[in-house]
Amino acid sequence: MQPQQQTSNEEPGMCMELSRAQREARLRFRHFVHEHVAPHAGKWDREECVPPELIERLRQNGYLGSPLPVDAGGGGLDAITYGLLTEELARGCSSVRSLLTVHDMVALALWRWGSRELKEKVGTAAARAELLCALALTEPDVGSDAAGVRTEARAEGDGYVLNGHKKWITYGQIADLFLVLVRCEGKLAAFLVPADATGFARRPQHGIVGTRASLLAELEFDHCFVPASNLVGRIGFGLSHVVGAALDHGRYSVAWGAVGIAQACLDACLEYTASRKQFGVELSQHQLVQRKLTNMITDTRAARLLCYRAGYLRQIGDPGGTSETLVAKYFASKAAVRAANDAVQLHGANGLTEDYPVARYLRDARVTEIIEGSTQIQQISIAKNPPGEL
Amino acid sequence: MDNRKDKIKVFLSRFMRNHELKDDEDVFALGYLNSLAALQLVQFLEKEFGIAIEDEDLDLDNFRTLNCMDELLERKLTCRAGA
Repeated sequence: MQPQQQTSNEEPGMCMELSRAQREARLRFRHFVHEHVAPHAGKWDREECVPPELIERLRQNGYLGSPLPVDAGGGGLDAITYGLLTEELARGCSSVRSLLTVHDMVALALWRWGSRELKEKVGTAAARAELLCALALTEPDVGSDAAGVRTEARAEGDGYVLNGHKKWITYGQIADLFLVLVRCEGKLAAFLVPADATGFARRPQHGIVGTRASLLAELEFDHCFVPASNLVGRIGFGLSHVVGAALDHGRYSVAWGAVGIAQACLDACLEYTASRKQFGVELSQHQLVQRKLTNMITDTRAARLLCYRAGYLRQIGDPGGTSETLVAKYFASKAAVRAANDAVQLHGANGLTEDYPVARYLRDARVTEIIEGSTQIQQISIAKNPPGEL
Repeated sequence: MDNRKDKIKVFLSRFMRNHELKDDEDVFALGYLNSLAALQLVQFLEKEFGIAIEDEDLDLDNFRTLNCMDELLERKLTCRAGA
């Protein structure tokens, strides 16, 4: 996908090939995951922790903050290359992919809508991932109905005081900066809250079924003070434009992550069914097995093409990229669940053990149908925001 | 100037089918625009007219009607031309 390649003044046509640079980048990402991520993903999953050494490696390779502009301190990756990175990381470990998702979505929203003062203070460190970012949206009683958040902010002195409780915050255990959706003056607003702010506390959450290593936390804001410059965007635009922009990127990242899970399922199944024999022949020779493999192949490719389409529109700044991303996330997350479910089935009893990764893929795939807008919320959103013509 | 409003109207028509938007009609009061559409509207204005909408521009009165959006564009484009 090469949106920049124009030979005339006409709009670029649809090119379905990756550029040489994108292919080379994918190879680099794949090698990184093969060496540093995939072999350890099962252990991290059991221990419920992506280790700091891996996060440092991601940082050193420029993988965190990679979609932010270079002059902001980010990696300047185009949308397609960013998608390839996300897919490859998710092929190895969805918990690592989720770090990429939450950090980048918040860092992008900060650069998109943060005040000049705030960007000067923390923007470059966030873009370089020297400060890790997380999104604090969900509350004990607020999930899909994000506009119903109860955490409040009120003006006090030269800043705002926050009170409330957030839950299921991905990488909340270690993040340095939180983009927090609150109710303020009866409207929705977003504030950037540093983890060292007075009145801020966090507690680890354990025992989640999927993306188990993503260091979930509950957050408490007890008369937590932030300066007025930590308001991101304007009061009244916290959900629609600030968190909305973050979630738009998050959906794009999760869509690619779901493609990565589906591809990992396919890889595992092609290998397993070619080596295990039942009824005197390899599993892959059985037609009912071939049907599952074919469904997995076509689903994965269709999901990836939807992601390419969304990525292309995002790269050229087309507002339709947001709607196409809804479609890609909706389809890819469902495809990942189908693929993972079939992958467990094809592995039989082995698929239910930790000796094979497919049970983890199934648990992680289920998460993609819930986060960044559940499948049911996507159905509502797609119908109300249909993409334009292909 | 009307050309700008026509372009915005065409873009918004995907969210408000079967409604002919008037220049002074409040697009939010009409109830057609949800938060995703509002975000896409910002993206559209930026790409179509080559402007940057900053955090200080986030005021409903800048986006409430076709006339409001056109005034915002006029200010932005004038400011850019003078820079």
